[in-house]
Amino acid sequence: MATLDRAAYSLLMTELVSGMALTLKYFFAPKATIKYPFEKTALSPRFKGEHALRRYPNGEERCIACKLCEAICPALAITIEAEPREDGSRRTTRYDIDMTKCIYCGMCEEACPVDAIVEGPNFEFATETREELLYDKNRLLSNGDRWEPEIAKRLELDAPYR
Amino acid sequence: MDAFLNSNIGILAITIAQTLAMLVPLLIAVAYATYAERKVLAAMQMRVGPNQVGPLGLLQPFADALKMVMKETIIPSGANRALFIFAPMLTFILAMIAWAVIPVAEGWAIADINVGVLYLFAISSLGVYGIIIAGWASNSKYAFLGGLRSAAQMVSYEVSMGFVIVTVLLCVGSLNLTQIVLAQKTVWFFIPLFPMFIIFFISALAETNRTPFDLAEGESELVAGYMVEYSSMAYALFFLGEYANMFLMSAMTTTLFLGGWLAPMDIAPFNWVPGPVWFILKVSLCMFTFFWVRATLPRYRYDQLMRLGWKVFLPFSLIWLVITAFVLKLAGWLPV
Repeated sequence: MATLDRAAYSLLMTELVSGMALTLKYFFAPKATIKYPFEKTALSPRFKGEHALRRYPNGEERCIACKLCEAICPALAITIEAEPREDGSRRTTRYDIDMTKCIYCGMCEEACPVDAIVEGPNFEFATETREELLYDKNRLLSNGDRWEPEIAKRLELDAPYR
Repeated sequence: MDAFLNSNIGILAITIAQTLAMLVPLLIAVAYATYAERKVLAAMQMRVGPNQVGPLGLLQPFADALKMVMKETIIPSGANRALFIFAPMLTFILAMIAWAVIPVAEGWAIADINVGVLYLFAISSLGVYGIIIAGWASNSKYAFLGGLRSAAQMVSYEVSMGFVIVTVLLCVGSLNLTQIVLAQKTVWFFIPLFPMFIIFFISALAETNRTPFDLAEGESELVAGYMVEYSSMAYALFFLGEYANMFLMSAMTTTLFLGGWLAPMDIAPFNWVPGPVWFILKVSLCMFTFFWVRATLPRYRYDQLMRLGWKVFLPFSLIWLVITAFVLKLAGWLPV
């Protein structure tokens, strides 16, 4: 009887037909595609994208050159040099991130005591040359100015879970 | 005018015009088959497929063709140059010349010869040469293995395909393709000969090296099989040849089993539609099934492929042939 069953299964090609029926069902199913440059997926508030250096609302830069981010960076992508400013406050003279080394782990923003260095929601910063990915302080500060509204919102949304 | 048409030049001019009238739509259809395949596969995988070049991506085939033409033709230094260039041409030409006997509507075949089926069978058997020459001339192990596999596969499946065709011929009593279609006026052959229809279609998949029988290409183990060394227009010719062969197999299935240009029923709404439209619709349905199978089934293992061809299809089609012959004889339906 088992032989007969098996013969019937293979002769009637039941598995083949059910497989074909499944693909036909999906042929009419709604499509999952997101047409990327025109449509975008939702990003988590914890998304780790392009770095930015933030400022206080009065325009003063937040970074106090504690170099915790430089110390914790597992990829050694951050380079900081610091000197006291004329008013006596401790500030960076150089803050470089080599974006080709960065692994986007987010340790720098975890380490930062003043929420100065953050990873923003921007992930579309591809460049045509390698040199453009060696970010300096100006570039990071201008990123901060550009993305501040979204970065602030993101920090606020994530705050309850920290 | 009649004198001109009956002169040698006139006959030549008419033949060229007929050939163009067949081949130009065929090539456009082949171009759009690549687009249709990508769209169908995409839809079955819940994607949308090409949609950027032109409205709905409809200009995609032309963009692809342009890309192919612009590329450099690379001939490997170890390759046999003459054969290497000749192989894709052969594949393409064979896929084209088979269309000479396909009747798109009553009296619409370019050459309405009385051994049409035999001609088609011969041409589709020759297709293996393009692949095996390409595999050998490339002087590459992957191409060579692909060529060998393809040769063995095509030879195996041609045998059972031959028996299927003989079964149809028994029911018709003629090798002429137009006669075969006209013999299906009462009932299309896929109903009385349903198992043969399935065997024919599966053999057609094997014959055109399509999934689940695409071992000749087998991109996961042989990179791209016999086409691995080809680039640019030579590659495009293989590609066009493959799709033209799919169309040819669909046209054969349509002619032998699905009643060619005949309407499903000879009643009012159906017989308003002209024959060629029915023919195109049926061929499109077969093409869709080709894509559908590709979206569904994984590739066969080589020994499974050989087992299916020799130990399942061959005995089965042989037995069915004998049964058909008996039934026709005993019921007195044998055509004169």
